[in-house]
Amino acid sequence: MSKTHPLRGSAAIVGTGLAGLGEAPGRTHLELLAEATAKALDDAGLTLGDVDGLFTANLVNFFPSLTVGEYLGLRPKIAEATNLGGASFVDYAIKAAMAIQAGLCDVALICYGSNSRTGAGKHTSGAELPPHEAAYKPRFPVAAYALAAARHMHEYGTTREDLARVAVAARQWAQLNPLAYRREPTSVEEVLAARMVCDPLTTRDCCLVTDGAGAVIMVSARRARDLKGKPVYFLGGAAAQWHRQISAMPDFTTTAAAESGPRAFAMAGLSPADVDVLQLYDAFTINVLMFLEDLGFCPKGEAGRFVASGAIAPGGSLPVNTNGGGLSCVHPGMYGVFTMIEAAEQLRGTAGDRQVTGAEIALCHGNGGTLSSQVTALFGTASTV
Amino acid sequence: MNALDERQFAGPGPEQVFRAGLTDGKFLIQRCTVCAAHVFYPRALCPACKGGPLECVEASGAGEVYSSTIIRQPADKGGDYNLAMVTLAEGPRLMTQVVGIAPQDVRIGMSVRATIRKAGEAPAIFFEPV
Repeated sequence: MSKTHPLRGSAAIVGTGLAGLGEAPGRTHLELLAEATAKALDDAGLTLGDVDGLFTANLVNFFPSLTVGEYLGLRPKIAEATNLGGASFVDYAIKAAMAIQAGLCDVALICYGSNSRTGAGKHTSGAELPPHEAAYKPRFPVAAYALAAARHMHEYGTTREDLARVAVAARQWAQLNPLAYRREPTSVEEVLAARMVCDPLTTRDCCLVTDGAGAVIMVSARRARDLKGKPVYFLGGAAAQWHRQISAMPDFTTTAAAESGPRAFAMAGLSPADVDVLQLYDAFTINVLMFLEDLGFCPKGEAGRFVASGAIAPGGSLPVNTNGGGLSCVHPGMYGVFTMIEAAEQLRGTAGDRQVTGAEIALCHGNGGTLSSQVTALFGTASTV
Repeated sequence: MNALDERQFAGPGPEQVFRAGLTDGKFLIQRCTVCAAHVFYPRALCPACKGGPLECVEASGAGEVYSSTIIRQPADKGGDYNLAMVTLAEGPRLMTQVVGIAPQDVRIGMSVRATIRKAGEAPAIFFEPV
């Protein structure tokens, strides 16, 4: 076996916190972020005074790490706010592991908060419309994902029913999660009959618009052993980007997850067959199909049939988005941090009715922009390090 | 590796050249003087061979619909409209709208030809079925 990567197993998630999932009227995004942070620190047995690394982004503040750092009263030794869209937070796990390994910080806080449902801003962001796309009135982001879905259907015979099954599986998981925002039963027929937004995607192929906040605390593996919670070890991670605007995406049926996945697996010394549970950024139903293919869980073009077999739903062979995902649990503008919080729940065995029995290795995958940034990270229990 | 020839950066930038071309009724793309790749949107360096100088050439206007969607909206807000990706015969792909045909009749693989029309105040590249 080749030499173990120095980041593999070097750091661990030791605390997670959630706040305001769904609707949190009368709360600002920073108030929600602070609540999630306090809960994550309490979970870890640490305090704000211990935090010396800050990793955060949002859709509201131009200087997110400055605003959040000031709000929490932090003077971080390292602050990181690279904006990869919703994928940012999975990327921060890699960068936090790097910073901890390099001795630049000891306690890393990865955090996000948003009041995009009950606040004034909804899902609006400061992102500019690409100048050579703006003239055509693209409805972003949904139109970009619709164009990818249409091409996937054309090339591989993927159907609207295949897409709808992703939404139904997410809802079935959400029904097992008391914190999920949408828990009423749904069906393929209901997804298909929902209002069309951009063909072939209906409102039910699109993620929720909710409030919500999430926070993750990472420390070195050595320090993690002395803390109260069960550590969730960082095993590997990689980010890839091939385009910003959808018109520059090289092939609409293959995302840069086809690069981030193999690089993350190589760092971790793992393969898709080793993964027990997946948390994939499901901004739209097509995402899950493409990420399953690009990350190596089924051949290109086969994800529709793979999902139709029931594989990703409760009781299936490959549990995906066990919290209900962005489609049914929570989607406050940027979802990435929630993939890691749910992965940690599963690996700590604290996921309640939705617990995947014996989960030892989890994959988190973040997506940002219009299928633009792709970040994959692998986490495992102590037995996997 | 040749020494950098700074003359390639002289004069109006590629974005301005493209916009001026549109105003004159021309659809200009770029071709790399090193690797011969065609490029759209206008760049300062060739993204295919990572740095070759680019020259302006007129596009043939021929293309094929690579993907297409209908953006749904109520009639009182302007109604449904097409949004498409067209791959040019020269290779580059761009966002556009296929016009002169109902949105629901646009098909992936359909042959189309570029036409310059106003999008709001400024001219832009649209496509029509051949």
